Amino acid sequence: MASHIDEQQVKHVASLAKLEFSDDQLSKFTPQLESIIDMFETIDKVDTTGVEPMTSASDQVNAMREDKAVNSHQRDELLKNAPDTEDGFIKVPAIIDESGDGE
Amino acid sequence: MNYYDTDLTQLHDDLVNKKISATELTKSTFENIKSTDDKIEAFLTLNEETALKQAAEADEKGISADQLVAGIPLGVKDNIVTKGLRTTAASKILDNFNPIYDATVIEKLKAQGLITAGKLNLDEFAMGGSTENSAYQTTHNAWDLTRVPGGSSGGSAASVAAGQVLAALGTDTGGSIRLPASYNGVVGMKPTYGRVSRWGIIAFGSSLDQVGWLTQSVKDNALLTSIISGHDDHDLTSSTEAVPNFASQLNDDTSVKGLRIAVPKEYLGEGVDEGVKDAIQKALNHYESLGAIVDEVSLPNTQYGVAAYYIISSSEASSNLQRFDGIRYGVRAQDVENLEDVYVKSRSEGFGDEVKRRIMLGTFSLSAGFYDAYFKKASQIRTLIRQDFEKVFEDHDLVMGPAGPTVAYKIGSNITDPKAMYMNDVLTVPVNMAGLPGMSIPAGFSDNMPVGLQIIGKPFDEQTMYNAAYAFEQTTDFHKQTPNLGGQN
Repeated sequence: MASHIDEQQVKHVASLAKLEFSDDQLSKFTPQLESIIDMFETIDKVDTTGVEPMTSASDQVNAMREDKAVNSHQRDELLKNAPDTEDGFIKVPAIIDESGDGE
Repeated sequence: MNYYDTDLTQLHDDLVNKKISATELTKSTFENIKSTDDKIEAFLTLNEETALKQAAEADEKGISADQLVAGIPLGVKDNIVTKGLRTTAASKILDNFNPIYDATVIEKLKAQGLITAGKLNLDEFAMGGSTENSAYQTTHNAWDLTRVPGGSSGGSAASVAAGQVLAALGTDTGGSIRLPASYNGVVGMKPTYGRVSRWGIIAFGSSLDQVGWLTQSVKDNALLTSIISGHDDHDLTSSTEAVPNFASQLNDDTSVKGLRIAVPKEYLGEGVDEGVKDAIQKALNHYESLGAIVDEVSLPNTQYGVAAYYIISSSEASSNLQRFDGIRYGVRAQDVENLEDVYVKSRSEGFGDEVKRRIMLGTFSLSAGFYDAYFKKASQIRTLIRQDFEKVFEDHDLVMGPAGPTVAYKIGSNITDPKAMYMNDVLTVPVNMAGLPGMSIPAGFSDNMPVGLQIIGKPFDEQTMYNAAYAFEQTTDFHKQTPNLGGQN
């Protein structure tokens, strides 16, 4: 197991998580994350050969419900919490960068 | 008024018989909250106007005998969505969030006449053990204002301990009901995974999260848990198991003759404060004197619980918190150039440090090349932890030990060392990992601060836990002691 975490790796994980850190934050977070991941690695010494992973504690298997149309939340109500809207749509900045050189 | 000398049944009777009115009760509840909350800082949002309106309506209609909570203002942790009442999860990213629906637990309570006093502080998105990770305020322990209330349901626990409300809803992903209950000398129950619907709970670790109550008394807790339990079509992990009327089955005969209690040696081992061990040992002796059989057992995988829990809960959190992207609700960062910026800047400005750490740890644990060594391995350890409990429950009714290794610590003393903070969860996370019910009840004092006895039961056997807790409560007076709101006890 790779236990050494450097700032490059933290930056990479941050980009996967849609987060960004300043240089100051990076130098604070990196040793913290490294120390926690070191702690994670204590589980490495447990022999788990043949042990099934447990992903849920629920006793429900294939819970079904009737496929029935219901009138749930309405558009205007839902849009009340959106930061920016126009004509019943959520407004966001441009998705395609038009300033570039046509890549 | 404060709620120290009454209980739900008494207040309900008084309201039904018109000895007091809902309006009087609600008014005096808010007066007391306002005169104490400058010290405790438990509430993020007060619901006074609506509460008084609801109280007036209840008085006009009259409160019927089957509406068990009608006219009594109760507290709600602020990661439980409440229609028309601001819900922040103590995060800046939800600073302006006004839900358009009620969580199922709130719906069920409203059917019984719920009046919500307000929304209670927590660690941001329920991530933490001290409530210091709130983006808004630091809640203080009612027994000593310089100490933390525990977390993440710290606002709920402190509010009940301070007598502001009779009961408050909390959530527990790795100890977030039991630790604060222990630190504040109140009763806290995390029911079996699946017992209570998670619909409308702002998700943290979906395979671990459960809703439950923090209360002054065992009976109130039992009564309220029955109300919120049961299957819900909106949460397909919620169980179809029948819901007992827990409170009606509590036995006034306090004998627990023949009750088989297992005490894991790991729960009274290294890292647990001597004062806590002492109080718990005395509580166990008390159970023996009431007729229980107390055995030492071993839960050998306890030592791996914290590591495996933080891998799994952070992984689930990193996935659940992807929904906070500044698009559909919540706060969007200003000064953004493009869509990527909206995501990255809204999240980086909106989340606090602990939430970012968890998202990073989870993203790392699930990322290519690390998944098998971290997430999968932790999920296998989870199986081993559950098997440890199953073995002990073959010939025992309950497992008991401390809820936390220490009493409430000083505000600021652990916050700069996340790993030290995580280790405080060593005795509570195994219960969530295994999906079992766990509770904490007031069981003594150490360093003049409350100590909680943790009681762990078999799946869906909350009744045996409540019965044992009730027997203890009826024959001791720890629960009758109340804080002097910051004065030295």
